[in-house]
Amino acid sequence: MSPGTRPRVFLVDDHHLFRAGVRSELGDAVEVVGEADEVPAAIELIAERLPDVVLLDVHLPGGGGKAVIEAIRPIHPGVRFLALSVSDAPEDVIAVIMAGARGYVTKTISGPELVDAVLRVASGDAVFSPRLAGFVLDAFASMPAGTELPGSLDPELDHLSPREREVLRLIARGYTYKEIARELTISVKTVESHVSAVLRKLQLSTRHQLTKWATDRRLI
Amino acid sequence: MVVAPGRRDHRCIADQIKSDSTQWDRTPPGAPNRPAGPSDGSADKPSLGGRPPAGPPSGPPWTMPRPAPRRAPRHGTWNVDAPGPWRGPPFARRRHHQRGLLYRSRDDRIIAGIAGGIAARAVSDRRGITLALALVPALILVLLLASELHAGFLTSLGLPLVVSASGLVLIYRNAEDDERTWLNGAVEALFQLGAAPRRPRRAFFTRVGASLLLLGLGLFVFADGGRAHSAFRPLAGTLLVMAATVVLLGPWWMRLARDLVSERQARIRAEERADIAARVHDSVLQTLAMIQRSADHPQEVAKLARAQERELRSWLFEGQAPGSFGAEGPATLAAGVQQIEREVEAAHGIAVDAVTVGDSPLDDELRELLAAGREATVNAAKWSGAPSVSIYVEVEPKRVSMFVRDRGAGFDPEAIAEDRKGIAESIHGRMQRHGGTALIRSVPGRGTEVELSVPRRSGRG
Repeated sequence: MSPGTRPRVFLVDDHHLFRAGVRSELGDAVEVVGEADEVPAAIELIAERLPDVVLLDVHLPGGGGKAVIEAIRPIHPGVRFLALSVSDAPEDVIAVIMAGARGYVTKTISGPELVDAVLRVASGDAVFSPRLAGFVLDAFASMPAGTELPGSLDPELDHLSPREREVLRLIARGYTYKEIARELTISVKTVESHVSAVLRKLQLSTRHQLTKWATDRRLI
Repeated sequence: MVVAPGRRDHRCIADQIKSDSTQWDRTPPGAPNRPAGPSDGSADKPSLGGRPPAGPPSGPPWTMPRPAPRRAPRHGTWNVDAPGPWRGPPFARRRHHQRGLLYRSRDDRIIAGIAGGIAARAVSDRRGITLALALVPALILVLLLASELHAGFLTSLGLPLVVSASGLVLIYRNAEDDERTWLNGAVEALFQLGAAPRRPRRAFFTRVGASLLLLGLGLFVFADGGRAHSAFRPLAGTLLVMAATVVLLGPWWMRLARDLVSERQARIRAEERADIAARVHDSVLQTLAMIQRSADHPQEVAKLARAQERELRSWLFEGQAPGSFGAEGPATLAAGVQQIEREVEAAHGIAVDAVTVGDSPLDDELRELLAAGREATVNAAKWSGAPSVSIYVEVEPKRVSMFVRDRGAGFDPEAIAEDRKGIAESIHGRMQRHGGTALIRSVPGRGTEVELSVPRRSGRG
């Protein structure tokens, strides 16, 4: 996506009313190029229209949002996914992030915030909701620093740096990237790179450990 | 008589007739003495060793309630005027025992409950009593025969047999239809002797044979004693007869016990269903009704739906029933935070986003932290004008922190208004009393953040 142009957005959600609501909230800031309400249709249409960002419901009939990401990412790595969910179950959230989503926001997010999140994902950054930041802090807290995980190629991946931890903590406290930058007297770009680094760790870290954490935290 | 274990809160369906003279009639034989009416210290004392506490004096002792022994309280003075279970003249109870007055235990259908209810009715059954009394000549005949045959053991067996028979007659005559069905089922089982459907015949004959052998042996030891030492004679005989009874009736008793367990499980399930129905009615249905009424106010609808969603979610997934604050209260920090989230959303129509990292069982310090945090959240909801409040709680090995943040109006903490000082004071003071800290950061136009923190006493859990 070149700067100045509107990102092309695709909506996947099984609730018609919700899709209509998101469409109107996004307004003119983005170009909505299509919608789907189930996994096979979503895969087909996304492959055909190649949007910049897919707004993806975590819970979908026919395999969930995870199935869509797993089908699209190998063949079209340029398509980015932003997960949307009413579900606060860590298992679902972690699963969709590990599948390759660039971020996660709850459906209660306000219109301008959603637009902001879509633009951020479109430009290649990660978007963490406070809740996701909390999950990540929780997951990495259960792996104390200095412990070598079996089978881990890069121990760096299994731990958060103090700065990353600080950034995540501020996100969890409800700070925007701009506010975090001011609080820590760093640039917004640096904040973004910290969040992207955390996302990378999430996606590449010892999967077994993360999955176990999510299962332990399972609420249902 | 099999007396069922377990709770036996007896309720009289005709409970309107509440007087001291009827109180003691509600307690079945063998049941703990729990008078339903007003009670004082003496009436609250449980009866001696599960003995039948009270009841009509006539009838066989094992089916009919007996008057409780008068017993002074262990300590304190004896209050003669106390409305104890034994109080009231014996004849006064008669008028409350007309036929059709149904006494039934809460455990419904438990044998003692049925027998208790029946026993209460049986007292007024004059024909039944006459019938039972008609067995007295039979008893005399048995005794005569026994003395003629020099069979002493018949005398000792004859009396309980006749008393039992008359009691059974009374019970059966006075049973309601459904109770009679139950009794029939129980007796049928006795005839089948609890035999399994497979190989019933063989098991039956084996058991009857074994019990007959034991019974014969026991009676022989009773009567003759064989060569056993005379002191052991009654003991050995009793043991053998008891063994015979166990072999013969054991399966039946076990079936009764099993039935009792399954009855109780069914009852628990039914109670749970009723509980769920009541809660759904109180929460979801009420909210739906309110949403219908306020369909013209989208804000109100959103607020109601949000609060209800949280409540339902925490009920379904975390087992925290709606409205359980106060008496039970949350058990952990995370549950407490969710409670604040729910309550403030419901009361102030503002979105509260809470994130909790780690969790800990609640102790006094953490309760104070939650109380101060709730205060801060309510303040944000009331004064900030922001559409949402964020709560972040983090449990660390050495301390627990709580952040409450809004992006609302904010204020200048230096030039703090007098009317807000009290609130800040209560948050500050509360935290200081419990070894914690409170920090309020606010910039006019940018919002407010309250940071609370207490040291952690207990180890990481």
